[in-house]
Amino acid sequence: MTSAQTPSSHTRFPAGGRAFPHRDLIAIGALATHEILYLLEEAEPWVAFNRQPAKHADALAGLTIINAFFENSTRTLLSFEIAGKRLGADVVNMHAAQSSVKKGETLIDTAKTLNAMRADALVIRHGSSGAVGLIADKVDCPVLNAGDGQHEHPTQALLDALALRHALRERGEASSDGMMVGRTVTICGDVLHSRVARSNVLCLQALGATVRVCAPPALMPLGIEAMGVEVFHHFDAALAGADVVMMLRLQNERMDGQFIPSPREYRHLYGLTSKRLALAAPDAIVMHPGPMNRGVEIDSDVADMPGRSIITSQVEMGVAIRMACLDVLTRKARRIPGWGAKDSAGEWV
Amino acid sequence: MKQQRAIAITGGRLVTPAGLVEGTLRLADGAIASVGGDVADGDEVIEAKGQLVTPGLVDFGVFAIDKPAFHFGGITRAGLMPDSSPPLDHPGSVRFAAQSGKPDFWVHPLAGATVGLAGQQLAEIAMMRDAGARAIATGRGWIADSGVMLRLLQYAAMLDMVVVTHAEDGWLAGKAAATAGEMATRLGLPSAPAEAEALAVARDIALAELAGARLHLRQVTTRAALDLVRAAKARGLAVTAGVTPAHFMLSDLALAEFRTFARLSPPLRSEDDRQAVIAAIGDGTIDVISSGHDPRGPEDKNLPFADAAPGMAGAETLLAMVLTLVRDGVTDLPRAFDLVARNPARLLGVAAGELAAGMEADVALVDPERPWIIDSARMEAQAGNTPFDRQPAQGRVTALWKGGVRISR
Repeated sequence: MTSAQTPSSHTRFPAGGRAFPHRDLIAIGALATHEILYLLEEAEPWVAFNRQPAKHADALAGLTIINAFFENSTRTLLSFEIAGKRLGADVVNMHAAQSSVKKGETLIDTAKTLNAMRADALVIRHGSSGAVGLIADKVDCPVLNAGDGQHEHPTQALLDALALRHALRERGEASSDGMMVGRTVTICGDVLHSRVARSNVLCLQALGATVRVCAPPALMPLGIEAMGVEVFHHFDAALAGADVVMMLRLQNERMDGQFIPSPREYRHLYGLTSKRLALAAPDAIVMHPGPMNRGVEIDSDVADMPGRSIITSQVEMGVAIRMACLDVLTRKARRIPGWGAKDSAGEWV
Repeated sequence: MKQQRAIAITGGRLVTPAGLVEGTLRLADGAIASVGGDVADGDEVIEAKGQLVTPGLVDFGVFAIDKPAFHFGGITRAGLMPDSSPPLDHPGSVRFAAQSGKPDFWVHPLAGATVGLAGQQLAEIAMMRDAGARAIATGRGWIADSGVMLRLLQYAAMLDMVVVTHAEDGWLAGKAAATAGEMATRLGLPSAPAEAEALAVARDIALAELAGARLHLRQVTTRAALDLVRAAKARGLAVTAGVTPAHFMLSDLALAEFRTFARLSPPLRSEDDRQAVIAAIGDGTIDVISSGHDPRGPEDKNLPFADAAPGMAGAETLLAMVLTLVRDGVTDLPRAFDLVARNPARLLGVAAGELAAGMEADVALVDPERPWIIDSARMEAQAGNTPFDRQPAQGRVTALWKGGVRISR
């Protein structure tokens, strides 16, 4: 009975263990379920905080965060920048287009340069799978993966889980332990090239959800069923009874006939129309990581459907999740008791 | 440098194609004088103390002349792939390469099949042959144009030279850095189905049969492609196949954590394909095991996985990995040295690679049990990019002779 009375987030991680023992956030695949739940819990206060008129904390005052984006981004970069600034950190953005990368500097040298500037956290996006982990090995500060190639985009999966949790809570359907056991989530789109899909599969499965993936064969990675997902090529079948429909952006360069014949043909088979949405569970939730191709993978009336589409909530949760991640990962450097090491006198240092 | 005095290696176990022989191996005037006989007066006597006396390894298909690494691995000759910069597609560069290792290491250049290895225009193969090229190779890639490939094979058949191909359908493989499957999917790596190999193998076998040419598939790494090779051999075609230790020691699980030392071409395969390679070594479908030696420094390897250059430094570990197959009962010692010495020597058409009277006195003394740890930071090679880093191994070369002259290390 005590377990029902004790907030479960306090008991989920092993007794005596650290709530979040990792220096970096590189991949959802490297996290235990209780660590994912911990980050989601930590984001909750920031959701409320961000809804106030005055949104400035000083938790990270004096710290320097460098957003190093080797691949173009608008919303993720902006989200990380806002998150850092609301926490009081000095945030600097480095765009690859303006960087020495264009002059032939190696990634490792760039990483060492950023490290020498004594950043307190690095937020990195790179077009090559594994690149962020490679940088993390060469620097002394926490590294947050803002997307590496087709590998992972962990904060996206966390913000999606948080947005989903909030949507369920508003309906009074959220589970008290934060898990999503019994929910079926259908992810549809370019799964092959999507780091968002990979991170979401791992995150949603860790939270107990059943995950379906749906794509034409050319956009479905071989062997993905080994990740424990149900694989579909027909969208209607993938939608049947789904509680959540998560659409993926179709990159323009995939629509030139190499992977799919045309945007029109793609919409014909995989576009989320209101008619198709009716095949899912009643009141099924609609998600999209953005930016959307309206009229291709998702119709406007579905994307804007009140009470069903939580696409703008995803953006809102993104800031809160990134604040939580920056907060948690810099606690050791900020010498928060319990997050560093104890000296010989037993004091936290 | 010529051999001055006759050498008698005694007290060892001589690894000959017919089996292990107790007795003395005599080397005189740069050649093997006798196998299993007695010491003659005036011989310099070397006590083998029960070690293996083996032919020097003939490494078929390497990408760099890296003498310290080759000598460490007991390798006395290597077939050099044409993928240098500039490529070996010209008699002058072939002549230079053929001389580049002498006297204590012999390089047998493989003539680039097409100009610039671009796969379009046939190179001056006969002139390269006369400059010292021992075979023809397509290089790291395949020849996409089947018409060019057929004409190459016909030309090679006329010149009686073997054509060494890289069997991977380049259209299907694209920019793949891994084999399609669970590992590539989890890591989000660009990948291609393993069938890219079988497609190219099927085409090359069909064209070689049509042309009546000798074909050597430098690396065959998948079950489907090995089945094609097995069937071609059963039909009596002059098709041979090779592999490197990476594909019988490792599966694509080695890619975990984006380890670029495991970035190879062709990429590492599934466990099922690895087992198929081991079976093919056991049943004789695979004829050659080579190192694929391709030392790559941090500027090529300390990169995100897909951006890193493929290739491994394999010369030092070749023998130890092949001895693993012997210990595991996949093959026996005489056959193991067929794979790394005799068969490649025959493909190159050189009188070496086996302990038999009249052969070049390229000989190694091998302690097959000696344990050591493979350490990428402490290798003889120009770079330590080995996928076997930190792995324990057994078997080391303790002495090596090239043409009867001891190589000091």
